[in-house]
Amino acid sequence: MSADFLYGIEVVINGLMAGVLYALVALGFVLIFKASGIFNYAQGVMALFAALTLVGIMEGQVPFSHLINAIFGTEVHHFGWEVPALLAIAFTVLIMIAFAWAVQRFVFRHLVGQEPIILFMATIGLAYFLEGVGDLMWGSDIKTLALGLPQGGSLWVENLTNGLGGDDFYGFFIDKLDMVATVVAAILVVSLIAFAQYTKQGRAMRAVADDHQAALSVGISLNYIWVLVWSLAGIVALVAGVMWGAKSGVQFSLSLIALKALPVLMLGGFTSIPGAIVGGLIIGVGEKLFEYTIGAPYLGGATENWFAYMLALIFLVFRPQGLFGEKIIERV
Amino acid sequence: MLYREAGDFKTSYHADNQTFPIRFDRIGFWITMVIAFAVIPFVINDYWANAILVPFLIYAIAAIGLNILTGYCGQVSLGTGGFMAVGAYACYKLMTGLDIYFASEGFVSAGGEMISKGGESFEVTGQFLFFTIAQNAEWTVYILTQINPVIAVILAGFVTAAVGVLFGLPSLRIKGFYLAVATLAAQFFLVWLFNKISWFYNYSASGQINAPERFVSEFAVTGPNTAPWAQYMVCLIFVVVCALIARNLTRGTVGRSWMAIRDMDIAAEIIGVNPLKAKLTAFAVSSFFIGISGALFFSVYLGAVEVGEAFGIQKSFLVLFMIIIGGLGSIFGCFAGAAFLVLLPVALKVIGVDVLGWPTDIVSHLNLVIVGALIMFFLIKEPHGLAQIWRLAKEKLRLWPFPY
Repeated sequence: MSADFLYGIEVVINGLMAGVLYALVALGFVLIFKASGIFNYAQGVMALFAALTLVGIMEGQVPFSHLINAIFGTEVHHFGWEVPALLAIAFTVLIMIAFAWAVQRFVFRHLVGQEPIILFMATIGLAYFLEGVGDLMWGSDIKTLALGLPQGGSLWVENLTNGLGGDDFYGFFIDKLDMVATVVAAILVVSLIAFAQYTKQGRAMRAVADDHQAALSVGISLNYIWVLVWSLAGIVALVAGVMWGAKSGVQFSLSLIALKALPVLMLGGFTSIPGAIVGGLIIGVGEKLFEYTIGAPYLGGATENWFAYMLALIFLVFRPQGLFGEKIIERV
Repeated sequence: MLYREAGDFKTSYHADNQTFPIRFDRIGFWITMVIAFAVIPFVINDYWANAILVPFLIYAIAAIGLNILTGYCGQVSLGTGGFMAVGAYACYKLMTGLDIYFASEGFVSAGGEMISKGGESFEVTGQFLFFTIAQNAEWTVYILTQINPVIAVILAGFVTAAVGVLFGLPSLRIKGFYLAVATLAAQFFLVWLFNKISWFYNYSASGQINAPERFVSEFAVTGPNTAPWAQYMVCLIFVVVCALIARNLTRGTVGRSWMAIRDMDIAAEIIGVNPLKAKLTAFAVSSFFIGISGALFFSVYLGAVEVGEAFGIQKSFLVLFMIIIGGLGSIFGCFAGAAFLVLLPVALKVIGVDVLGWPTDIVSHLNLVIVGALIMFFLIKEPHGLAQIWRLAKEKLRLWPFPY
């Protein structure tokens, strides 16, 4: 096989792995959208906030230390202890659940029955709010996430695939972290599907997604389900935040992964979990391949910023409800 | 006592159709105009112009544009930043002499005048309408005469309108937030385009565009030596004209068909509103205003622009927030929202940094928190924004002081 073709395959594999991460973020959107009809723009910022909180707890930072120092003129920064990773993750999950409750209690409970676009704009407001709170709580400098996840290219894969090509081919270069992320994302997706299919809460969740009023009438508490899905979305955000944060540091740009997940959703349909996964994979592979074959050689590179959107846009013109979305029926 | 129609008899159709039917409103409007045109230019200083008034006026135009699309026609757009960038770059190209390249054939040097364009030198060989023709061994370039900045800004508006219609086409198939996300395609694609294609920034090494110094009669309106009052006056005239156009468009046939589409597009189609025409005119008019505001933002206000920084996605959200806080579907709301979001960071900075002595980064984070919280607050308590509060106040005022 020629080296160019093999590089093409390497690009596809890396694209698939990036796609899994996109799918992971998109999953958080789908969960909330199905259960409450809210299109949660803040999902990316939630990932940032979760990762920031995790780092902050692990390093024993004092929350709001900059603000406290500015108001009272004190000099506090750290508690002086370090929390082990697992315990810190547990604390972060608790904080995300508390956040889910607060969002439901103070914002979206008051917006029940509003038009979807109003809810969407409210989540943009929420994204700003949460970003500001995250920065105030933990500071806005770039942090490294020291969870001990493996980094760098995998020698094992390189050696294994070395023999495929000629002398100028040295095997596939695949980041170990991407491999871990893929496995984690796959586990998360499977467990979410299992949760939705086989547990009582999961069934209630699907009932609410199906029909709010029917669910209410058989005694399902809407409030409880909404807090539940927001908590789940928070946990998905934490996983996504950890994976992306380990890759490129915990910083503001993390919140932009929400923007990456939007075209994934458009492609897959807002209401479909398999759609989010397939859409993520298509976008991941598509944008890497486009950059490799057309973008970098002919268009000056960095086409990844917009390719996904253009793909989704063109796709939507032909199929407005996405790949797996429910057919949109409009009545007057 | 003052604010009511009673006793304000209309004796002609013209009087009945005027922009402000209530006399008190008319008086208020003229007083505002007199203050804006005859008082502020004489007392304005550099700080007020650059920190508050000029950005306020420019954002007001952008907000009017977005409000026509989102507030009146119901099509949510997150591509405002990208369209402002189109306006800015169109204005830049027109101001510095639009250049169009063709491959040149059979070029023979006649020893004429030499000019330089895009880092290469060309020999002037002729004239065609408003274009100067210049050639070298490889290229023939048609260079448009440099256009007066005011006309350039208006033309930039038309260019943006064309781009807006292009990106508005999917709205015929896609609705709701599928469309909102689709407009993000415009945002990212346009910013990428202006970053990568060096023709747009005249092949400058920095990738920035810089407003050249240009004059209207004898006063500089763009470039580094512009007086604050000149900046202010240019923006003010554009704002007043745009607001009047917008206000009257939204009261007429076009505006009504927009609102019909917003309220329920299928029903509107059944009663005979052409959705193609209504949606595309909304995109065109909206992009026209946004393009003008982008052009002013670059040429009059900032002077030098790097596209990703000045016209990124944050700008799209900022303008969207302005119309949410100000009021969807209200021209007054555009001004209120723009004023609010321009003043808020300034006020916070004055209070936080200058009075309390906090570090600037904390204040800017607090700003985010407050803006986000306000958005949610307004959507919960008053989805129609400041304009609705103003409307309610006027209702109260109508009955005052005898509410029964």
